[in-house]
Amino acid sequence: MKTENQKAWFFVLPVLVLVAFNALIPIMTVVNYSVQETFGDNLFFWEGLTWFEQILRSERFHAALGRQFLFTFLILIIEVPLGIIIALAMPRKGIWVPVCLVTMALPMLIPWNVVGAMWNIFTLPDIGLLGYLLNNVIGIDYNMTQSPVAAWVTIITMDVWHWTSLVVLLSYAGLVSIPDAYYQAAKIDGASPWKVFRYIQLPKMKTVLTIAILLRFMDSFNIYTEPFVLTGGGPGNSTTLLSIDLVKIALGQFDLGPAAAMSLIYFAITLLVSWLFYTLMTKDDVK
Amino acid sequence: MAKITLKNLRHSYLANPKAVQDYALKEIDLDWQDGGAYALLGPSGCGKSTLLNIISGLLTPSEGHILFDDRDVTGLPPDQRNIAQVFQFPVIYDTMTVYDNLAFPLRNRGVAQARIDTRVREIAEMLEVTEMLRTRASHLSPDNKQKISMGRGLVRDDVNVVMFDEPLTVIDPHLKWKLRSKLKELHQRVRATMIYVTHDQTEALTFADQVVVMQDGEIVQIGTPVELFERPQHTFVGHFIGSPGMNVLDVSEADGKVSFNGQAIAVEGKVKGQGGHAQLGIRPEFVSLSDSGLEARVRKVSDIGRHSVVEAMLGDVSVKAVVDGPVPAQGEAVYLDFRPDQTRLYRDGWIATEATP
Repeated sequence: MKTENQKAWFFVLPVLVLVAFNALIPIMTVVNYSVQETFGDNLFFWEGLTWFEQILRSERFHAALGRQFLFTFLILIIEVPLGIIIALAMPRKGIWVPVCLVTMALPMLIPWNVVGAMWNIFTLPDIGLLGYLLNNVIGIDYNMTQSPVAAWVTIITMDVWHWTSLVVLLSYAGLVSIPDAYYQAAKIDGASPWKVFRYIQLPKMKTVLTIAILLRFMDSFNIYTEPFVLTGGGPGNSTTLLSIDLVKIALGQFDLGPAAAMSLIYFAITLLVSWLFYTLMTKDDVK
Repeated sequence: MAKITLKNLRHSYLANPKAVQDYALKEIDLDWQDGGAYALLGPSGCGKSTLLNIISGLLTPSEGHILFDDRDVTGLPPDQRNIAQVFQFPVIYDTMTVYDNLAFPLRNRGVAQARIDTRVREIAEMLEVTEMLRTRASHLSPDNKQKISMGRGLVRDDVNVVMFDEPLTVIDPHLKWKLRSKLKELHQRVRATMIYVTHDQTEALTFADQVVVMQDGEIVQIGTPVELFERPQHTFVGHFIGSPGMNVLDVSEADGKVSFNGQAIAVEGKVKGQGGHAQLGIRPEFVSLSDSGLEARVRKVSDIGRHSVVEAMLGDVSVKAVVDGPVPAQGEAVYLDFRPDQTRLYRDGWIATEATP
């Protein structure tokens, strides 16, 4: 005899509640704001898609989005190859392995706002180690509160310093999982170091690299704390990335409607690009 | 293809080996003829993989020389030795097709495209993978992957030696048999010198013309499968080869006469030397149950299909006998008869009787 009832739904309930409270309801609140206008006093007026239209047409948004893509692009193009190179150079055996691993992991353990503050002080032209060195010893005019180029170089360097380790550690994990026999076989087959990298190491690192690239994309695309603490989006708007702009609109100007619409567009872009990355990088596996 | 000579080869994984036990390989001298099929047989940790890696050049020996056709290759890296090796786990280049995998060693050596194509198709034909040539190698089953690994070894027709390091470990039992016969067939077709490392006696005995049995970094015996079975030079070989292995009993020996518990036992021939730890070795196949001989009590009878194995206790020593036909019951008293021409004396493990002419 088979008993049929609907009790099983109760087992799913906790998850539903959890997801509802940590994702669904917050997002719906944002959706709610994005289609209404408010002047305070909890009074709301229906606005339809006005805010979305306004954001999508706003030059300010285009500029921030452009800066955001540039930032993420530079981050990925530097951190991924650099991470792989460092991972390849790290020892696979011996007492230096833990030393290297811990050294690599250290930057990632530092809280984001501390990283921002550290680099802020580090680059001060008069007392910061780097700032002083560049200005007074080497003789390069470097002041990131005045020069957009200096500001960009600084936030990129800071992010590379902070997050390349993630790519290193993931790539390293991929590398050490390759059995010795592969290298021995390649030696016997007469493969050059480049071919060993191309046909053994890279394919074996692919899964972890996919994860590394996705994580680095999402994190850098959503980055807020470090550039905010370091440059505050300046000089001018030169380092105002999407998230910084979003906070300015939402909390600085208290334009909840446009800010909500922008959040949703921001979210959609992150999701879309992540999906694209993932699909492109894993398309060979499904055959 | 080449003749391989190992001269006074010793290897230690330690930087400064002192005592004999520091050596993973103790003094190896060996000659392998061109085109032969050899097996290196021994338990795990006996040094057979070390020896293999030394021949392929993945390891440099602490002492001694390796010669390919009288050319010293001791200092040469693997790619300059012109050898091929098949590993325990299939090594394939995941992102390449089967064709590219097979062509890889040739392309790396700058062989002409037309020649590569001929060789790859030839080898694919031999291995029966022609219809898979366009598939991505990562989509293959383990046995086909291992076939491709072998194929990469065989594709170069100028290889000095093809080495197999326990290549059938990850293969399903029913495919093992197929691949093993394939390998034997390949050897007959390409006539390359082949060395097959294994701890599985069946694999070694079916593949090789000559089997090298190793123990603790030493070669114990080199011989044809029949020689290893019929006249083990060392009790270890007797134990290791044959199923069940050779019976080994402590005996007393004086003036060339062998006795067990006071009862004289006839051995194959004249006893050499004296002193040492005397043991008697006889294969279960040559122990029979009869009306007279050594009295024993049956402890266990196992049916292994065509025969039964009777395990009987001679006092506190267990002796196995392979018996056809009716078997005694457990606990029954029996008399064991040792066939004299197959009964040998071993002194400190090594054979000490002369063969009957």
